[in-house]
Amino acid sequence: MKILVAVKRVVDHNVRIRVRPDGTGVETTGVRMSMNPFCKHAVEAAVQLVEKGQASEVVVVSIGPKQSNDVILTALAMGAHRGVLVETDAALETLTIAKLLAKVAEEEQPDLILLGKQAVDDDSNHVGQMLAALTNRPQATFASEIVVKGSELEVTREVDYGRETVALPLPAVVTADLRLNTPRNAALPMVMKARSKPLAVRPAADFGVDLAPRLVVEKISPPAERVAGKTVGSVADLASAIAAEVNEMEAL
Amino acid sequence: MSVLLLADHDKGELSPATARLVAAASQLGPVDILVVAENPAAIAAAAAQIAGVRIVQVVKAAETAESITNSLESLAQRYQSVSASASSVGKDVIPRLAAKLDIQPVTDVVEILGPNRFTRPIYAGNALETVTDPQPKHLLTFRASAFRPAASGNAASVESLDLSVTSAARFLAAHRTESDTPDLATAQIVIGGGVSVGSAEGFQLIEKLGKTLGAAVGATRAAVDAGYAPNDWQIGQTGKIIAPDLYIAIGISGALQHLAGIQGAKKIFAINTDAEAPLVKIADVALIGDLFEIVPQLIAELEKSGIKH
Repeated sequence: MKILVAVKRVVDHNVRIRVRPDGTGVETTGVRMSMNPFCKHAVEAAVQLVEKGQASEVVVVSIGPKQSNDVILTALAMGAHRGVLVETDAALETLTIAKLLAKVAEEEQPDLILLGKQAVDDDSNHVGQMLAALTNRPQATFASEIVVKGSELEVTREVDYGRETVALPLPAVVTADLRLNTPRNAALPMVMKARSKPLAVRPAADFGVDLAPRLVVEKISPPAERVAGKTVGSVADLASAIAAEVNEMEAL
Repeated sequence: MSVLLLADHDKGELSPATARLVAAASQLGPVDILVVAENPAAIAAAAAQIAGVRIVQVVKAAETAESITNSLESLAQRYQSVSASASSVGKDVIPRLAAKLDIQPVTDVVEILGPNRFTRPIYAGNALETVTDPQPKHLLTFRASAFRPAASGNAASVESLDLSVTSAARFLAAHRTESDTPDLATAQIVIGGGVSVGSAEGFQLIEKLGKTLGAAVGATRAAVDAGYAPNDWQIGQTGKIIAPDLYIAIGISGALQHLAGIQGAKKIFAINTDAEAPLVKIADVALIGDLFEIVPQLIAELEKSGIKH
């Protein structure tokens, strides 16, 4: 089985972001960037399938500026075999990303495409589902377990009512949720080795996909701030504060 | 200008959030509902009662992403907007449909500013994005908790559609959490427990407080990861987004991704040993102390005061 994993470079999820005062976006200059956490789970799942002897090759692809090489190198250090950077400095919409990935998938012909379920910057949660539609494959989003059964996958998904298991014939698209696995931290020798693995850089403009955005972003604004409250001294005070809130609800 | 809205349902019942989604969709035009289910009759009948619904359309089919997407696709050309809840179903199908229709979707909408202007949170709710969608068709998901529910008392007509939808993926099994607490996403009061609750047994104490107040019960990602609470209780950026009138956070320090899920709460109360915890800092009312001492006393106080949900 050949696996294609798509990864995204985002503002590190531990960074407290700052909205630019002019409303043009979130400050990203001088901010620590890293691989989107959900993408790490996707890479880990692919590498584990190789280690179990169920997959033979893992190709990792990222779309973004030159610096996105860093997240591809992270994936190569985790155990992916080769990388592709679709290079662009433009901020692309999710549909455009999915179309570019569909072109890469057409070239690579993977049996399984793995992605993170969402990126923690735009929180869209679109690309895996779009790519499944564009490549006419079945999908299993929000995966917490992937089991290979012959030419099928049995995927357990995290859904609003709990979990559900679906069977998918390959080729298929699966998006990773947090409880799928624990991503490894690559040891230094693997990091060194990653630099010698093949990494192709190709301009996004070469794929024949219209990169222009459809939506107009008017502004990015900070959320309303919460006013600081008070500390009460006893359980009785807390109970009466709760009772006051409940009475107000009932009055509505 | 009409809007098609996909109805969420579980165990043969319409999702209680649907009235909120109808209220949201109604801001864009007359609303028709689509129900895709193996046994759709009771779900469709409940949907027909929501004020503002014009027609309820019913497709009898398995509930996989492909069959739901194909059902929506066959109706999409009649509507200017196709919408769903920002739930695990809506998130699964709307982007798939969007790619088939070559439309960039706008998802997790929390405010409708005009016929094609929307606000959605990004960066775990730490920023809000205002977008204009100039496309001829809009594909949308709404966060139910951000909208007040539409009234009931309607009697919309129900129409069965004879569609044959196919799906390569097959549903095998559901694994549910048995619980009689209210729905997290739409509850008026939510009690949340953090990793400090310490165990699944500890969570029984949280549940007991929940019962006293008629509240839904949730948990942080760390508490779910530790196995103290089931995954569908997770509140936060990648779990459930809640907007209750009152959120009581117990033993929760307030990681960024948890705060993302509770920003819609009108009031936040906190019980925590650490007065400097981020969640205590944003709480309207906080009590500093050991949750294992406080919560049993609090249940007794509330019962004594005769509080009834």
